[in-house]
Amino acid sequence: MGKPSDLLQGTLDLLILKTLLLEPLHGWAIAKRIQQLSGEVLQIQQGSLYPALHRLEQQGWIKAKWAESETGRQAKFYALTAAGRSQLEKEAANWNRLSAAINLVVGEA
Amino acid sequence: MRLFSKLRMTLVSVFRRSHASSHLDDEIRYHLERQIEENISAGMSPEDARSAALRKFGNPALLRDQTRDAWTGGWLDSLTRDTKYVARSLARTPGFTSIAVFIIALGIGSNLALFTLVHRVLLNPLPYPDPDQLVSIYEHESGGNAHAHMPVDAGSFSEWQRASQGVADMAMVSPFQGYSVSADGGKLPEKIEATMCSWNFFSILGVNPALGRSFGPSDDVPSAEASVILSGSFWRRRYAGDPSIIGRKIWLDARPYTVIGVMPESFVYSGAFGGNTAQVWTPIAHEFPPALMTTFEDHEAIGIARLHAGTSLQALVARLQGVQQQIKAGHPGPAVHDSVIGRSLLDDAVQDYKTPLYALLAATGCVLLIASMNVASLLVARIASRRKELAIRVALGGGWLRIMRERIIESLLLSVAGGAIGLALAWAALQWLMKTRDDMNRIEAIHIGAVEIGFVILAVAVTALFAGLISAFSSKLNDVLSGLQDSSRSMAGSRARAGLRRTLLVLEVSLTVVLLIGAGLLLKSYQRLRTTDLGVPVDNVLTLHFGLPEARYKTAVQRVAFFENVLSQVRAIPGVQSAGLVNAAPGQGYGGDDLVSVVEHPPLPKGTGLDLQNRGADPGYFAAIHLPLLRGRVFTQDERFDRANVVVISQKAAEMCFPGEDPIGKHLKLGFNGRVGEVIGVVGDTRWNITEPIMGQMYWPVFGNDWVNVALVVKSPANVSSFAMPIQKIIGALDPDLPVSGVGTLREAIAKSTVDSQFDSLLILAFAVIALVLAAAGLYGVLTYLVTQRTSELGLRIALGARRDQLLRTVLFDGIRPALLGLFLGLIGSAAAVRLIRSMLYQTEPLDPMVFASVAAVLLAVATLACMLPAWRASRLDPMQALRTE
Repeated sequence: MGKPSDLLQGTLDLLILKTLLLEPLHGWAIAKRIQQLSGEVLQIQQGSLYPALHRLEQQGWIKAKWAESETGRQAKFYALTAAGRSQLEKEAANWNRLSAAINLVVGEA
Repeated sequence: MRLFSKLRMTLVSVFRRSHASSHLDDEIRYHLERQIEENISAGMSPEDARSAALRKFGNPALLRDQTRDAWTGGWLDSLTRDTKYVARSLARTPGFTSIAVFIIALGIGSNLALFTLVHRVLLNPLPYPDPDQLVSIYEHESGGNAHAHMPVDAGSFSEWQRASQGVADMAMVSPFQGYSVSADGGKLPEKIEATMCSWNFFSILGVNPALGRSFGPSDDVPSAEASVILSGSFWRRRYAGDPSIIGRKIWLDARPYTVIGVMPESFVYSGAFGGNTAQVWTPIAHEFPPALMTTFEDHEAIGIARLHAGTSLQALVARLQGVQQQIKAGHPGPAVHDSVIGRSLLDDAVQDYKTPLYALLAATGCVLLIASMNVASLLVARIASRRKELAIRVALGGGWLRIMRERIIESLLLSVAGGAIGLALAWAALQWLMKTRDDMNRIEAIHIGAVEIGFVILAVAVTALFAGLISAFSSKLNDVLSGLQDSSRSMAGSRARAGLRRTLLVLEVSLTVVLLIGAGLLLKSYQRLRTTDLGVPVDNVLTLHFGLPEARYKTAVQRVAFFENVLSQVRAIPGVQSAGLVNAAPGQGYGGDDLVSVVEHPPLPKGTGLDLQNRGADPGYFAAIHLPLLRGRVFTQDERFDRANVVVISQKAAEMCFPGEDPIGKHLKLGFNGRVGEVIGVVGDTRWNITEPIMGQMYWPVFGNDWVNVALVVKSPANVSSFAMPIQKIIGALDPDLPVSGVGTLREAIAKSTVDSQFDSLLILAFAVIALVLAAAGLYGVLTYLVTQRTSELGLRIALGARRDQLLRTVLFDGIRPALLGLFLGLIGSAAAVRLIRSMLYQTEPLDPMVFASVAAVLLAVATLACMLPAWRASRLDPMQALRTE
């Protein structure tokens, strides 16, 4: 598998927001979910995950709540806020535009 | 909503930091545990699972730090850290820190004190409702060279009041009045200052009595029952704040007055002609003789107006101007003025203080500038000595902005401490000022309020930024890094930094020169004032004032008998050399004037007259006070009552009335009552106020001529003040209900009239000295620094045979050069600046060459002295030691 792909700057935010769209999750589960959904291609480094979560929380796009996890212990669950939802739409649209553009360039070669 | 949640997050991360941190730890631990569990379920042993999870996880401490950086409060965290670091490093150098704080405290303190004065006295609105509508109206003589603002006569005022109906409400106020309060209820008689005013005075100002009622129109007529309103302080002092005073009678000048009201203690009216010391107010039309209420020639009052909405001061003055011109046309007498002039009530109260206060504020502004330059210079020097440390920090990846921020925080800490101490200094200075200068108008309005605190914060911020930025930019990034390559003998970097400090020094020195020259001019002017000849010897002369109430001393015979009684008893006191009576002693006030004409001369053209000060004196007065008799003779004992039609004139009066002829035997005629007197003698001139030009004077016998208010002048060979008590006892024995006031020596009177000049010149001198000391310290610091930087170079030179006196000269000149440049710039600046204080100078030219020359000499001497020590040290260097340094 080699070195996990370096995520494009800002893409991690998009991934996290998208992951949280379905249900509130704690940090470990978010990393797992992204890993699974991407077919084990995207390995999220804890070193970038937690700073990103806390940054998003500070921005008011996600909110955190301590709750009992599936293993019965207290964990910090992150949930999408209304502002986060609209931010997600913005970033998703942005990503689509960007990836389409890149596809155009790469596909032509 | 989102803003709110962001704010909440910031607050949480700032104020509940430890809480948030422990939560972060929990979160990370949970993640690790889940990873370990997963590893175990994948078949690892617990130990392997743990280490694999940790391996995958990376460095938890680093993760924690990175995550914490995402918190918005992060900057605050590092700011606190920086502040702690800077505070620690400042505490390690207590000498530097305390000097810097002291300098800033001095600068900010003096500025705050002066700013408070300017703000509260000059700019703050008067404490009346809608104070912008209030104006003072005066008469003015077009083309006259006397005062621009002259009091108004009651006759003109009535015309004005009629003409201003519909555009303004006008009141008349006569603030220079006084009464003798009779002894009652075990209290001593006393003389009080009083203001007579038209009934609407208080309602126009918009102030109501705290007790009782204000005057009504029916109080302000000659036939009314006498009424009086007390000031709050007089009521509290003499009547112990007794509310039952309302409706009671008090005796003023031996006549009964009903107390109808008491003003609030905070009420004060201050005008250019006084009023702020009034203890009682009485209705003017009841107090003035009817003739005085209709005359156009006796100017006893000031007009106050409240402008109606839509009326401007100019419009009102223009309207009254027309009225006054008609009055002048109808009454072309010499004492009738032809013009009207007005200004806002605030300007009227503070006009005299404007120039001095702004000059002082400018001076303190200079001091603050010099202070912050000096602090900047100190900070630059401090940085310079830490170059290597900074260079290493930058080389190790220390952020450049971070280092800049530290500089600003450093100067901010110093400035805040300085500002706090400065605030205390200013408070103390203002307390002192309010005690010593209670003669100043509006001094009661002074206090440190929100605006002043805002000023301190602003001053602190500006000082911090100024000093901090200069020191921050003095160590540019490249420069700092070059510090690492700097061999000890390389000079380029340090030279550049010294250049910046030199520029600051040039500015400091030039500001100091401006201050010194201002102080020098004011001091010289004060000196001139102090040495001005009053016209008589001023040592060992005591004066006491008393006035005989006309209600009890109805006839001239009674009054003269009392005067003679006092004189003979006082003269009999052992030790009293001489005593005399005069209505106003030299240096103790205007004492009234009158227009005269010479009977033997052709009548003067209409509208002109010779203005002489009117004096009443007893025959012994001239000898008693050593006023030289130049020609003729003085009064004899029997020239009294009907025979009192003789007059002695001063030399100036003789020159005015009888140019080139012998005045003896000629006759003067008073413009006011037509009385004629024969000139029998000429005496020397005396000044009525040491700061004012000499006026011509005429003396009439005080025994007769209706004089009631007199000053007793007593001379003794020594310790004349000790006679004050015995003399007061004599007067008290003759009339226990007669208050004696104004007890003091001529010297004290002079000191009183020069107090403004003394105050201004000493304060500016103090600021100038502070500036000089700061500039000298700056010179010394820069040169010492330069010499330290060049130690090895100088050592090398000495080792190679340079002569020590030559080195001394080189280094000395290095230091004096910026001082010379600063001196030059300062002299040019002063030439422009001194014009602003022209009005504060007395018989002193703004461009006085003596002052300019001595300031230049003093500055050069101080600069040389400041440079001498480092230069001398440089020339005494031991070459071996110097070369071994580093």
